[in-house]
Order: sequence, then C-alpha cells, then structure tokens
Amino acid sequence: MIAARASLLALLVCWAFAAAADVAVPPLSGRVVDQTGTLSASDISALTQTLKNLETRKGSQVAVLIVPTTAPETIEQYSIRVAEAWKIGRKKIDDGALLVVAKNDRKLRIEVGYGLEGALTDVTASRIIDEIIVPKFRSGDFAGGISAGVDRIVAVIDGEKLSAPVQRQQSNSGSLNFDPLNPFFIIPVLLFGGLIRSLLGRLIGSVASGGLVALIAWYFFASLLAAVLAGAIAAIFVMFSDSITSSAPGRRGSGWSGGGGSFSGGSSSDSGGFSGGGGSFGGGGASGSW
Amino acid sequence: MRKLWTVLAALATLSLTNCGYNAIQTNDEQVKSAWSEVLNQYQRRADLVPNLVNSVKGFAQQEKDVLLGVTNARAKVGSIQATPELINDPGAFAKFQAAQGELSSALSKLLVVTENYPQLKSDTLFRDLMSQLEGTENRITVARNRYIKAVQDYNVGVRTFPNNLTAMIFGYKEKANFTVDNEKEISTAPKVDFNPAPAPAK
Repeated sequence: MIAARASLLALLVCWAFAAAADVAVPPLSGRVVDQTGTLSASDISALTQTLKNLETRKGSQVAVLIVPTTAPETIEQYSIRVAEAWKIGRKKIDDGALLVVAKNDRKLRIEVGYGLEGALTDVTASRIIDEIIVPKFRSGDFAGGISAGVDRIVAVIDGEKLSAPVQRQQSNSGSLNFDPLNPFFIIPVLLFGGLIRSLLGRLIGSVASGGLVALIAWYFFASLLAAVLAGAIAAIFVMFSDSITSSAPGRRGSGWSGGGGSFSGGSSSDSGGFSGGGGSFGGGGASGSW
Repeated sequence: MRKLWTVLAALATLSLTNCGYNAIQTNDEQVKSAWSEVLNQYQRRADLVPNLVNSVKGFAQQEKDVLLGVTNARAKVGSIQATPELINDPGAFAKFQAAQGELSSALSKLLVVTENYPQLKSDTLFRDLMSQLEGTENRITVARNRYIKAVQDYNVGVRTFPNNLTAMIFGYKEKANFTVDNEKEISTAPKVDFNPAPAPAK
C-alpha cells in the first residue's frame, strides 16, 4: 500500500515537471485575443461580431490570436498547442479554425480543424494568407489584413455544408460520460440510498432512491432509456446493500415523506463568454510570413 | 465500522477493475489509433509525390537524378506493407521508418533543386502542391507527436504499479517509439517546415 502510494506520488511529481516545461498558452478570453495591442477596441468588437454571427449561422467557431512571438517554438508547434488547449469548434464535428499571428516573428498561420479541412484546404488557407493577408501586413495594415482574412475564412466556411448549429447546451452534456459502475456514482448512491431506505423501509426506500437516480440521470443524459437503466441499477444496489447501511432497523416504516427533490430549470447561462466546443485539430492549414 | 469496511472493499474492487486492466486497454487502443493517423498522413504524402514529380518535370527536365531519387524512394515506401501491427514488430517498424526517412530526404533534395527555377516556383500548380506538401508534413509531425505521447502514456501505464502486474499477467509489452536516429534524419529536411518532434520524456 505504501509502495503504491509512493509510486503514485512519484508519477504525479514527474507529470508536474513535464507539464511545467511548456510555454504558456493564453487564456481564451474571447474570439479575438490580442496580446500585442495591435487591434483597436472597435476592430476587436467588429471581428468578434463577424465571428459570432458565423457561429450562430453555421455553428463553426473561428478565433484569432495575436502574440508577439512564439519562440522558441515554431508557429506550427505553437498554434497546434493553442488549438489543442482551446478546442475551438464543435465536438465531433471539429469545425474550428484559428488564425495565429506572431507579430515580431513576422509569421502567421491558419490552423484548420478536421471538420473544415475539406473546405478550408491547405491550398485555400495558403492562398488566403499569401494573397489577402500578407499584402496588407506588408503595408503595415494589420487590422485590415486580419479582418479581410477572417472575412475570407468565413466566406469559405459558409460555402461548406455542415450540420446545423445546435443551441449551446451541448457543451454541457457533451463532456459527461455515463458509467453506472463508476465509483463516484456508486458510493454516493449507496450512502444516500441507505439513508433513504432506513427511513422508508427496504422496498419503498430502494424504489424511491432508484426513482431519484433515474430523475437525475434523465436530467443529465436526456435519454429515457439510460435514465431507467440507471434507476434500476441504483434500486438494486440499494435493495441488496444490506450489510452496508442496515444499522438502524428500528426506524423502518417510520413514515412516508415525499420522495424526489425538486430540480431547478437550469437553463445554461450564456454569460457572453466564449469557450471552445471541443473540436480537434490535426495540423491542417497553412503558414506564411511577410 | 462494518459499513466503512464494506464501502472500502467495494471501492477497492471497483478501482482495481477501473485502473488496471481497463486503463491498459484504453491506452492500447489510443496507441493504435494514433499510429493509424501516422500511417494515414504518410500515405497522404506518398499520394502527393507523383503529382509533385510531374509538375517539376515540366520545368526542370535536366534534374533527372533528383527526380529519379524521389520516385525510387516513393516506390520503396509503397512496397512496405504499412499495417497497424507494425508497432508490435520493432524490425518492421525500423524498416518503415527508414523508408519514410529516405523519402523525406529525397523530397528535401528536390525542393533545394527547385530553388533554381524561378518559373517553376511561380507556377500555380506547383505552389498549390507545395502548400499541400507543407500541410501534410505538418500533419505528419502532429500525428507523430501524438503517437509519441500515446506510446508514452501506454508505456508508463504498463510499467507502473499496480498496472504492471496486470500487464505482466496478460502479456502487454512496451511499444516501440520513434527513435532519436530517425528524428535526426527526418528533421534535416530544410525547406519543408518539418519540426523535429520533442524527444519523448523518459
């Protein structure tokens, strides 16, 4: 036991060191993250509006990042790291794109998510960079270059047929994986179910806690079948987990209290912030310099 | 007290099944899919090569040796059966890597030569092919990085306690990773932006 703990600790320490070696990725504070102060506030809000419209129209997420430098990494290494951290684009559809500009390195890159590689091919991305953005950057017009480039990216994405945008709640349920044998699920059920059972008696108590679990599962997974399954499993657990919580047999049948808590409506709050939907990237896109 | 023990026993059973065998399975599958992605991107590059050779041929007929080198390297890559099982066979893995490295260096020679042909460099088709090649090389880098990470996770899982006992019982061995020699060989490509993958943490 001590050896296991020690080796686990050693492992964790190693991980901590490995993680510390990376250069930081800026937090995703909005669709446009400018760390150089190149864009004015009105530029940023105009770009943000364009990108927001794209997301409500098509569901795709596009973000812009301007950093002073990516050294010691190349822009390709840096931008894939940013893409992996931000997870722009919808989960499974992977329709995200990222425009990274390293101002002092005079380099830029369009990083394209898997789902957009068909529309925003390497060739298209490379042409957007060489023919639209770079000429403006050469004349010092960063805001103009970025907005023209973003407009072109948006136009290309508009031409691609993607699955329709869904309302934003998917980002909540998408991250939950239901596993009825997960200890984090079972232990609370056992403890809580035992409590209910000792209050209500074996049969009623287990049915009540099963129903409660089913309600919760239904709320989270939006699938009736999964909910019923989870409820049944929970009820069985509670009914046969005698040895665990039958320490108070005298209190059986003491009364019937209304089972099932109430649930708040819980509509996901849209605080105006921006977060990636879980899209993944595979290094597609193109780089350029000016 | 009895309650506590039962809960602890349940927890121990569950975490044993959850952390040992299943984790190895998950990591193993992760490695396989990462490797498939590597193969996929190498294939993409191999598919690009004939077009690239053709477009260069039109402008730089006299660079026969270089073009032939690329074609031969491409043929050699194509002749190796790139199956997912390759990762469990260190010899075949090394051979596959050597062939891909050869193609990389042949391509880099070709790109050096094309510098001398301004007409070729301004040709639209050639430029499109070049951006495809660059994109593909970058995808290869990303895929290789992810493979390295997946193998790292797998190997760490197989070697640490208590999973190593499970791995020993079921015969899961450490998997081959990209070696330093290959890294060096491949990262010498000068013109293609091919970033050397970071060495896997030991």
